Amino acid sequence: MVGMEFAGKSQKILSAREMGLVACTRCTRAWPIGTPVCQRCGHKMLSRDFGSMQRVWAFWVVGLMCYIPANMYPMLKTRTLFQVDESTIVGGAVELAHHGSYGIAFIILLASVAIPLAKFWAIAYLAVSVKTRNAAAHRSRHVMYEIVEYIGRWSMIDIFVVAILSSLVQLKTLATINPGPASMFFALSVIFTMLSAQAFDSRLIWDTNAFDGDPDQHV
Amino acid sequence: MKDTVDPAPSVNLEEIIVCPQCDAVYHLKVPKVGEKAVCERCHTVLIEPRKKAGLKIIAIAIATFVLILGATFFPFLDIDAAGNKNSVSVMDAALAFSSGPLLLLSLATAALIMLVPLARVMLTLYVLVPIVLDLPPARHAMQAFRLSQALQPWSMAEIFALGCAVALVKIADLATVGFGPAFWMFCGLVVLIVAQDKFMCKWSVWNSLENPKKS
Repeated sequence: MVGMEFAGKSQKILSAREMGLVACTRCTRAWPIGTPVCQRCGHKMLSRDFGSMQRVWAFWVVGLMCYIPANMYPMLKTRTLFQVDESTIVGGAVELAHHGSYGIAFIILLASVAIPLAKFWAIAYLAVSVKTRNAAAHRSRHVMYEIVEYIGRWSMIDIFVVAILSSLVQLKTLATINPGPASMFFALSVIFTMLSAQAFDSRLIWDTNAFDGDPDQHV
Repeated sequence: MKDTVDPAPSVNLEEIIVCPQCDAVYHLKVPKVGEKAVCERCHTVLIEPRKKAGLKIIAIAIATFVLILGATFFPFLDIDAAGNKNSVSVMDAALAFSSGPLLLLSLATAALIMLVPLARVMLTLYVLVPIVLDLPPARHAMQAFRLSQALQPWSMAEIFALGCAVALVKIADLATVGFGPAFWMFCGLVVLIVAQDKFMCKWSVWNSLENPKKS
């Protein structure tokens, strides 16, 4: 592992914005500030995407709105010989715990309740911390951002389990499992929180200098 | 106070690299094969060249292509409970939500498990084959590579594989569940997709697309 040399003469790390450059976030090439499109790969460039906060919050709110019905409607409709059982996410986990499968109940609660809620909180915290220019703890906020980006996709596992179960367990009269309406809301919630996290401009975490006046006047 | 300065004329833009995550600027210093260049402040890997990475990625991409097609249509799980049997392919699982408004979810699932990984494989081959053969880059190769990078978070084959495991545990006491050929293909697929992302040094690809070798 070799470190990169700093571009500045001093040992302080300079951002491209401080050097009067704008960088392409796809291909890492630098251009003079104000260049609208990367000349190498054609990706749109903005030195700091201030408008991104609106997209972050818009997707965040839609994600949260979808998360509520995802917990209220049944996720799975299980029909066995004598009974029909419609269970919500939390209801299903509680039932599993009653049958003694504490491990699986714990995993379901963790993956479908704890992680999504933590994700909503983390994105909101990052977005607010950028606005208040909380100068401390760049590194830990960046780690938080990377965890949110990484873990977001894994929430889809619930949807895939429902898909597998409801296609596999179609045993005519004996037992059938069908997806409930919550599955669609849960999938939408996951997709919108992923979009919200992707809209966040992680470079804003590392800016310490306060921007003067109206941020929109900058490129 | 202005927080930006006019670009210093002394800076050669081809000799610097900017961390895409935190905007830190570095002098470009290409590491040796097997080493990697890491951003000092946010620890994002910037450059990580590997030996014969191009050929390896192409080999992996072709294998992935074949496995995705196979894993899609062969049955991957079969269930047997008191004489009632059922076997499903990934295609069936993706189309499980095929009633009413859930149809949209069906299409999204099919896209996330199969279509997006398949599209990424084809884009990768389209971009890398000319580079490895020392030919000029394919038309719109840069856009193709950019698209394949943008699709990366939406390629969820490995998540589906873990979903299989969870589903198996959930119904293990309800019925006997067996693995079909596609299940093993899917396991191989997961390994290949992870390996492909590991071998791929994005900066090296951009660099070769920008400065193609003269043959």
